[in-house]
Amino acid sequence: MRKIALFFGCLIPNRYPGIEMATNLCLATLDIDFAELESASCCPAPGVFRSFDEMTWLTIAARNLALAEKMDRDILTVCNGCFGSLNEASSRLDNSNRKNKELRLQVNKHLEKIGLEYNGTVKVRHIIEFLSQEFGSDKISELVTHPLKVNVAVHYGCHMVKPTEKIKGDSAENPVFFDLLVEATGANSISYPDKNQCCGAGGGVRAGLHDRSIQMVEHKLKMIRSKEIDCIVDACPFCHMQFDSGQYEINNTQNQNYKIPVLHYTQLLALSLGYGPEDVGIDQNVIKNNELE
Amino acid sequence: MKNSTGNMSELPDISILKCMQCGICSGSCPSGRFMELNIRTLIKKSASGRPVLDEDELWMCTTCYSCQERCPRQIKIVDWLLSVRSKAVHEGNIKPEHKQVIKNLLDTGHAVPINQENIEKRERLGLSSLPSTVVKDDGALKDVKNLLKSCGFDTIINEDQI
Repeated sequence: MRKIALFFGCLIPNRYPGIEMATNLCLATLDIDFAELESASCCPAPGVFRSFDEMTWLTIAARNLALAEKMDRDILTVCNGCFGSLNEASSRLDNSNRKNKELRLQVNKHLEKIGLEYNGTVKVRHIIEFLSQEFGSDKISELVTHPLKVNVAVHYGCHMVKPTEKIKGDSAENPVFFDLLVEATGANSISYPDKNQCCGAGGGVRAGLHDRSIQMVEHKLKMIRSKEIDCIVDACPFCHMQFDSGQYEINNTQNQNYKIPVLHYTQLLALSLGYGPEDVGIDQNVIKNNELE
Repeated sequence: MKNSTGNMSELPDISILKCMQCGICSGSCPSGRFMELNIRTLIKKSASGRPVLDEDELWMCTTCYSCQERCPRQIKIVDWLLSVRSKAVHEGNIKPEHKQVIKNLLDTGHAVPINQENIEKRERLGLSSLPSTVVKDDGALKDVKNLLKSCGFDTIINEDQI
């Protein structure tokens, strides 16, 4: 296992810092050699910035990759968007073919203006894939000291498993690796209709067509509520925000009463390792639920 | 939004002329269940040489990649759509909300910058008030701004309009 440069992006430190705390606590408990990628910027977000200008998107991503390269560490992301952007950028700028090297030359022309160079050596990991590959659910379950007796609606999110051209997981249509990690905490992963459907936040839709984006998450919430479920567990702060503040918006505009707690996997894992809900900011969500606080 | 033209049917790595209009893409599209986006007809329109840069549908895609994964002709549909969007943006077709996201990146290096409410949340958790990103490092923020300028990103939006 290569040493880890931890990359939090924007939404985790700036909107859901509980996920930052939970990640730090989990990685320390698992005795992983990690250091935060200091002075990082936005990944930059794939759905918006890659839509606007590809060279800008690639260059800002390459700066983040180059900072990790200077630390001689691989990047660990805790967000599907950051993973999508940085993994795509890393795979386009590596040393696997001449086309990539030529593209890297163009990017490095921008980077040299700030005294940086990227040599194409950094791999990008997602926390769920990382825990699954480097530890596995059996090992995680051995470390659990406080097994959680909860029924969970697992939400993978799109950019953790797709596009499969760039991401080699177990399956894009019916993945199981995340469910196994959730069950390692003692929880039950409950199947629900349209489980692998998008939350509706990505691609600039949440910003640009907000009401339509909320309609998409409302459908997911309806499907989740049709089952006996205690909480939603996600792997991305953007899906997390969509589920959490989406419930609040739906309750306010449509006389609904959604109150499903939303946890990032690192928060669920931290609870099962013995940390309290307030240690990892579960009480800081928009949607409150006393049973899990 | 102004009128745009431009043939987007063949890009350097992607040709939508391979499309046989089977409809697996639109049948797999979660946005299509809730919005007007019909990715199959959008591709048909572009493949027949008609302009698509003004289409609102372009901005209804969440980039979930379901269509691209399932396309029997392996057309990189999402990658194509992102290239079309980029062309549209460079011709001035951009939503005000997206201009704001650009402004956030240009000003702070973050798409979603820190605010007072979240500084307080961080402090309650025992985290540093500000995260260890460009927000805490003026030199690094200057580097990011220089890169954005070097790429010409600041010219995409006219800041007077925000």
